[in-house]
Amino acid sequence: MKFVQGIKADDTLDLVCRMCPLHLLEPGEKLRCLKTGQVLEILTDYDGALEDIPQWCEKCGQEFIGIEEDDECYKLYIRKKKEVE
Amino acid sequence: MEGITYLDHASATPVLPEVKEAMLPYLDELYFNPSVVYDLGTKVKAEVDEAREKVASLIGAEAEEIVFTSSGAEANNMAIKGIPFGNPKKGKRIIVSAIEHHSVLNSARFFERLDYEVTFLPVDHHGVVDPERLRRTISEDTVLVSIMHGNNEIGTIQPIKELCEVAHEAGAFFHTDAVATVGNIPVDVKELGVDLLSLSGISLGAPKGTGALYFKRNTRFMPLIHGGIQERGRRAGTENVPGIIGLGKAAEIRAGRLAKRMEYLKGLRDTLVQGVTAQIPKVHFTGHPVDRLPNHASFCIEGIEGEALIFLLAANGIYANTGSACASKALKTSPVLVAIGLPDVVAQGSVVFTLEESTTQEDIDRVIEVLPGVAQRLRDMSPVWKEAA
Repeated sequence: MKFVQGIKADDTLDLVCRMCPLHLLEPGEKLRCLKTGQVLEILTDYDGALEDIPQWCEKCGQEFIGIEEDDECYKLYIRKKKEVE
Repeated sequence: MEGITYLDHASATPVLPEVKEAMLPYLDELYFNPSVVYDLGTKVKAEVDEAREKVASLIGAEAEEIVFTSSGAEANNMAIKGIPFGNPKKGKRIIVSAIEHHSVLNSARFFERLDYEVTFLPVDHHGVVDPERLRRTISEDTVLVSIMHGNNEIGTIQPIKELCEVAHEAGAFFHTDAVATVGNIPVDVKELGVDLLSLSGISLGAPKGTGALYFKRNTRFMPLIHGGIQERGRRAGTENVPGIIGLGKAAEIRAGRLAKRMEYLKGLRDTLVQGVTAQIPKVHFTGHPVDRLPNHASFCIEGIEGEALIFLLAANGIYANTGSACASKALKTSPVLVAIGLPDVVAQGSVVFTLEESTTQEDIDRVIEVLPGVAQRLRDMSPVWKEAA
């Protein structure tokens, strides 16, 4: 697991309180609205996302930048590398 | 229905013919589940998404900010409960106005049982919440402020933009119950600045069992109905596709004729208000005289009992309401009328007329012709009235 700090995101997706599998459905849609190279921040309180999202990035050809933890939730960062299929 | 004067459109209004027509295929050959992956379902999903666009467009929102619900009451519950549960660290205080619909009042009272502090903000004699009073009341631990846009009993429209600014200055979320206003006056969520807004299909000529909640993008909340991925995981359960299609169509129609509708209804409403207040002594026109719903006229007639008035009007083919079905059935004075400072003896004589585009000048003339005689008949039987005289 790669921990990061102070990543500047171009857009945020707040999925706190949302249940599985929303953390795997919503990022793709959100990335569609971003340009290649831009960064999406995903906020979640679902532990399973810590494994699922890096795996999803690998499968979909997107770059998983890392995770930052704060009091309320996890922040996961994805850089858009290609158009979402 | 012919031969009756129906002026209780806030309770229920006919489904528009175009809405019914748009819905029918989804009760028949287009019955597929929008969540499935094959083309029959994805086509239905596309239509649901188009309906979402139409509802969003009516209130100046983005489609992704709309969650379909079963009613305005469900939307209110989703907002009032979902925000405190989703933002527990913000604080344990909720502020609502004293004249909210029961779906807001009782959702707020539910949090009293969970040791939240709930404040019921008073209103002035027109039913308006003063933004300065909210400013003096709100505290840093306030998680949510909920104040309705238009009141269903007295027609008053609140200064939502100003109230919302006060809530945001204190870091609280702001919800408004706009069931009475969406489709009756221009409503733009961006202009108002609200975080959440409830609307109902029955105010728009859509069928009962339809409604929606607007969430400003990335507003954190706890879903109340857990299950599948419908509504982006914000409200599980297979969608009410015919109802959603109907709501979308109704929103589209209403958006196209809002200005014309307002002008027409205001004219009828003003004639009704002038006629009733001129013909009946000791009648109180309730709510704000100017900042009010264009389709709404509400009165309290001294010395009579509202329920009896409604029955006698119905016997004459005129259908109106006392304004608060819940309070009326519980034999309680309406909390809204108490909140605007009316004494019990006046508040008991509440009658509310809500108009639609199908309402005619003849309907209004008939009320003005019949109501004074009916009120006088009740006053003649009323010990309260005789005592006052």
